[in-house]
Amino acid sequence: MELRLTDIACARGGMIVLDGVTFALASGQALMLRGPNGIGKTTLLRVIAGLQPAVSGQIDGADEQIAYAGHADGLKATLTVSENLQFWAKIYGTSGIDDAIAAFDLTMLIDRRAHDLSAGQKRRLGLARLLVTGRRIWALDEPTVSLDAISVGLFADAVRAHCAGGGMVLMATHIDLGLQADTLDLTPYKAAAAVETDFDEAFL
Amino acid sequence: MIALLLRDVRLAIRAGGGFGLSLMFFLILVNLVPFGVGPNNELLSRIAPGILWLGALLACLLSLDRILALDYEDGSLDLLATAPIPLEGVVTMKALAHWITTGLPLTLAAPTLGVLLNLPGSAYGWLAISLLIGTPALSIIGTFGASLTVGLKRGGLLLSLLVLPLYVPTLIYGGEVVRRGAEGASTQTALMMLGGITAGCMALIPFAAAAAIRVGLR
Repeated sequence: MELRLTDIACARGGMIVLDGVTFALASGQALMLRGPNGIGKTTLLRVIAGLQPAVSGQIDGADEQIAYAGHADGLKATLTVSENLQFWAKIYGTSGIDDAIAAFDLTMLIDRRAHDLSAGQKRRLGLARLLVTGRRIWALDEPTVSLDAISVGLFADAVRAHCAGGGMVLMATHIDLGLQADTLDLTPYKAAAAVETDFDEAFL
Repeated sequence: MIALLLRDVRLAIRAGGGFGLSLMFFLILVNLVPFGVGPNNELLSRIAPGILWLGALLACLLSLDRILALDYEDGSLDLLATAPIPLEGVVTMKALAHWITTGLPLTLAAPTLGVLLNLPGSAYGWLAISLLIGTPALSIIGTFGASLTVGLKRGGLLLSLLVLPLYVPTLIYGGEVVRRGAEGASTQTALMMLGGITAGCMALIPFAAAAAIRVGLR
């Protein structure tokens, strides 16, 4: 069981941003994606999650395995913390949101509406969703934004536990989580400025 | 998928969801018509089928941009697209939730409002039946429009322009059922056309809408 990317090129807004990205991620491994703003970390994660197609190259082992968490948390403001989590548990066909709630210290907030949570609490709820998906591979885009030091610790613990259970974590982040994780700097894969000949993207 | 349906209905009913807005709009629109055309009972009863159908259609249009735009803004649509349920199922459930919160209340309210327009007695049943059969098509065509404009800022106006022409067949046959019902003529042909349009939309549009969302999310 591994996630393997072979020679992936991906585009944002019709411009190819990354070219020739190749790496493999084995069970229990965590990988940090690094690189300056605009290098294409988010684009690469969206390609891996299946939200947009790669321009070229091949991805193996990603089908129905990815739990994606982007910049937005996907919370419904008028639903409570437990209703939000229960919805995702039902969508993924898993049961029990208690572990996720305990792991991100949301017990006190369980009946609070998501609208009334602080930015950091919302993010914790968004990350707790990963635990209820039951998916093997987490693809996370800047997961620690607006988290305080204690919450970052909780998150690091969750990542460690997920990897210990045979899961994989792929994460674009700028901070050091203190994890035993490999780092992949995307700068060498930066594509030469080339305009895609396929014109229909320009209209979208 | 049932979870998604329940969530959408619950979101629509809770504060800020816009449930009831369409119904109120329909009520006010139908109330305004007699003020506009004057107290001419004969004229009112003649235009009543068309006004009631047009009112229901516009009321339905009012809440279309909420079907997908809210989920896109808060990131849920990305997460639903990566979830194990197919996007076609997501679209169908969203259309169904929209129908339950707008089409169904409109259908139930329309006969009451027929009184205000002096709708002939024989037409009430046909009004309810034609709306019951026709409004699902309005919801699902609207969902298609919403999926085409997903990701566009202020896509609401464009959505109306895209969707209204597609509503024409449903409006024609829906109004025709009620008009014939009012005159006591046979409604069978119009009713079958109306049902055919709805069934065709339900069968084909989820695939088109899901494809449009996939492009919109890129």
